[in-house]
Amino acid sequence: MNSGATTALAAGQAPPITGTPYLVIEHVAKRFGAFTALRNVSLTVDAGEFVCFVGPSGCGKTTLLRAVAGLDPASEGRITQGGRDITGLPPSARDFGIVFQSYALFPNLSVTDNVGYGLRGALWPKVRRRDRVAELLSLVGLTDHARKYPSQLSGGQQQRVALARALAPEPGLLLLDEPLSALDAQVRHHLRAEIRALQRRLGVTTIMVTHDQEEAMAIADRIVVMNSGLIEQVGTPEAVYRRPASAFVAGFVGRSSQFDAVMEPQGLRTPGGHLLPTPLLAPIGTLLRVFIRPEDIRLSAATGSGLSAQVTALEYLGPICRLALEDERLRLEAEASPDEMREIGARPLARLGVSLPASRLMLFPSDA
Amino acid sequence: MPEGSAAVAVPAAGLPALGRKVRRRLSPDQVMMRWTLVLAGVALVVALAAPMAMLLSRAFEDASGAWVGLANFATYATTPTLAVSAWHSMWTAAVTTLIVVPLAFVFAYGLTRSRMPGRGVFRAVMMVPILAPSLLPALSLIMLFGNQGLLKSWLFGGSIYGPTGIVAAQVFACFPHAAIILAVALATADARLYEAAEVLRAGRLRTFATVTLPGAAYGLVSAGVVVFTLVVTDFGIPKVIGGSFNVLATDVYKQVVGQHNFNMGAVVGIVLLLPALAGFALQRWARKRRAATISGRAVTYVPKPRLGRDLPLFLFCMAIAAVLVGVVGVAFWSSLIRFWPWNLTLTLENYDFGRFDTAGWGSVMTSLRMAGWAAVVGMPAIFVTAWLVERTPAAGLLRGVVGFLATAPLTVPGLVLGLAFILFFNHPANPLNIFYGGMAILALNCIVHFWTVGHLTATTALRQLDSEFEAASASLKVPVWTTFFRVTVPICLPAGLEIASYIFVNAMTTVSAVIFLYGADYKPAAVAAVQMEETGQASAAAGMACVILAVALAVKIAQVMASALLDRTTQAWRRR
Repeated sequence: MNSGATTALAAGQAPPITGTPYLVIEHVAKRFGAFTALRNVSLTVDAGEFVCFVGPSGCGKTTLLRAVAGLDPASEGRITQGGRDITGLPPSARDFGIVFQSYALFPNLSVTDNVGYGLRGALWPKVRRRDRVAELLSLVGLTDHARKYPSQLSGGQQQRVALARALAPEPGLLLLDEPLSALDAQVRHHLRAEIRALQRRLGVTTIMVTHDQEEAMAIADRIVVMNSGLIEQVGTPEAVYRRPASAFVAGFVGRSSQFDAVMEPQGLRTPGGHLLPTPLLAPIGTLLRVFIRPEDIRLSAATGSGLSAQVTALEYLGPICRLALEDERLRLEAEASPDEMREIGARPLARLGVSLPASRLMLFPSDA
Repeated sequence: MPEGSAAVAVPAAGLPALGRKVRRRLSPDQVMMRWTLVLAGVALVVALAAPMAMLLSRAFEDASGAWVGLANFATYATTPTLAVSAWHSMWTAAVTTLIVVPLAFVFAYGLTRSRMPGRGVFRAVMMVPILAPSLLPALSLIMLFGNQGLLKSWLFGGSIYGPTGIVAAQVFACFPHAAIILAVALATADARLYEAAEVLRAGRLRTFATVTLPGAAYGLVSAGVVVFTLVVTDFGIPKVIGGSFNVLATDVYKQVVGQHNFNMGAVVGIVLLLPALAGFALQRWARKRRAATISGRAVTYVPKPRLGRDLPLFLFCMAIAAVLVGVVGVAFWSSLIRFWPWNLTLTLENYDFGRFDTAGWGSVMTSLRMAGWAAVVGMPAIFVTAWLVERTPAAGLLRGVVGFLATAPLTVPGLVLGLAFILFFNHPANPLNIFYGGMAILALNCIVHFWTVGHLTATTALRQLDSEFEAASASLKVPVWTTFFRVTVPICLPAGLEIASYIFVNAMTTVSAVIFLYGADYKPAAVAAVQMEETGQASAAAGMACVILAVALAVKIAQVMASALLDRTTQAWRRR
């Protein structure tokens, strides 16, 4: 299963995204009493696409997913799926499969019965149903566990049963509500690759909610970053990481250092009084919030002129080292390879030359 | 500025979607859930809220039905005999609480915090008083210390009839209720707190005072409230052993049955409601204060053996168990005596109930049928209602109202509910009055009276289930009732059995809930026992009490065995 994923990825197989809108969310709002959980949210998800909703807890990502599922329908706005208005429909009248954070497996039913739970009625005669369950169990690698009960499985296996159960009736849309958060780190990494490979193989349009931005980056075609009931940005992992639409996105996605600076004719003036050369990006005198990624900070042995900072902490992470740097009020986080560290003589308390490439600075209006 | 992705959708032209209110549509099964919940609410209104409202209104009327405001209450407060009864009720309840709670605490401590042998046996013996009608200990005390008591001289001229007997019998009757609550409170201790206390070098006393007692504080408050309320509202014990010592519960009876003064009866009933309401408020307050101390990650505390603690606790529990068994033993023995205390030869004549009461063994059959109906009808009704209150989508207010109605019976004493039932169901204008005096009204009263405990048991069981079962089945296009019968019911079967046996046992033993309601042809066994004692047939009354105890015991054992069997056969999925 996992090897299949690796091959698929290695072959550079393009995701089967057709470019046709499948799920269209228009101006959706959701209120719980006086509390507004979603405000005017609009989003289009293409057929076959894998979209992740990320954001801090309480940002509305789960609320949006539950509005799509019809578990807590939207208060305002419109949601259409495959051209059908589903905004106010009950969950049973919609076309989706869902995996809950808790999995919600039926504990008194075997794995087989759980997976086959939605396969009933005239459409699923006994033989077809049995074949479909067997197919799904082999798809998620649980054929040997078919007769077990959920409590006899590991967390990762339970998660796969939940996935198989959701996919069994061939839904047009797969919803995943923090499906990996109950698992430990190793299983989580392994499973997210599996989910991604499975999704590509089946081509099912998928929405996953997660609070882990790294997970979202690893798995999604597009990321929807949410904050306090609003969508901050929608984009590919690279776009969201490299070209964040707001200070919130820059701070939430990936690691970064941030500080305030004032726009001056020659460039940006840091709180320490240093001038960072940049083209004029804002009216003179504007206070800006500056973000920079750790890998974008260039380090050198201290030269005496230009910006320099003292190493206050060092983390050795194997392929790279992470450094905390400090120059008066300016605090930066940088990365360097172990070789580079040796060359520039980076040790705790050593002073290093620091340069912040103008093209890599991410600037936003300051809140202050 | 960096640009966001252009993927944000533009609304279709000519469709001002913003501000468009969404009309939520429910699926057929969701609609059915909602209407079933409405039905449950209506049933609880008819069987609880309406009778209680009738009771309240009667307290403000005179015998002809005219509004008299607070006149009845004024009469009540100025009638010395009635006010004295209230005082009697209060202080006997307070004394009983002060005796029972410490005893039950030590007993529960032994069960949960020691490694003494026989904890399982003690736990079983502790339950015996619950299975007996409350008049059983009163009868035993009369046999031992009454006018013809074997050990009358032990009282040095004092009398068992009155407060002494009431308190002594209540201690027996209330002991299991306090012990169960305290055992639960002590069992949920967090081992990590004890480890922390040990690491911080706190001594045993300090650990007890700073960890154990605060942890059990809520349990202590609950136990105190429950015992106090039980004593104030119990009818059987003061009726049998109270003599001329009047209490609230016997006053209601005298006003209603003796003087046919329903209005004054209603006033006393409302007075009787007050301690329960106050207790309920006190418990809520205590629960709020407790909330912060519980942690979801508590580790179960497992005590290590220690002779210095285990031996005294064992001896204490032995003594308590001996008294509990002894009291039942005396009642049983006295039921086999030819002529107490003059001719102590053994006989079964006292079990020929037909000689003492016209209903004879028929009253046992009546009780069995009543308890059976209450359990068979009540358990599904209570369980389905609890499930609907927990899981009906988008019905916040409705769920809140029905949930409140389901927890309200706990605060209504059986005697008060019984009185409310006669006022409501016996009203000439009520079309439901055809049920009055029949079996249905007895069973219905028992169901309502014991609803809350069943509701709480069901709710606890349901909350252990994943809250997304209904959502998961909806996403799989499986109707919610299919999931209810295929998943929810099988998982909750042990809880269902527990609810059914609880209703059955309590319906068998209760006197207060049915004393106003039985008709001539439907006299429950516990009422027959009270009446036999009243006519001087104490041995026969003891015999009837023992028959009730035996039936209740058999049902309880059957339930425990059925649960064990169920666990072994159908609940294989529980094992890892």
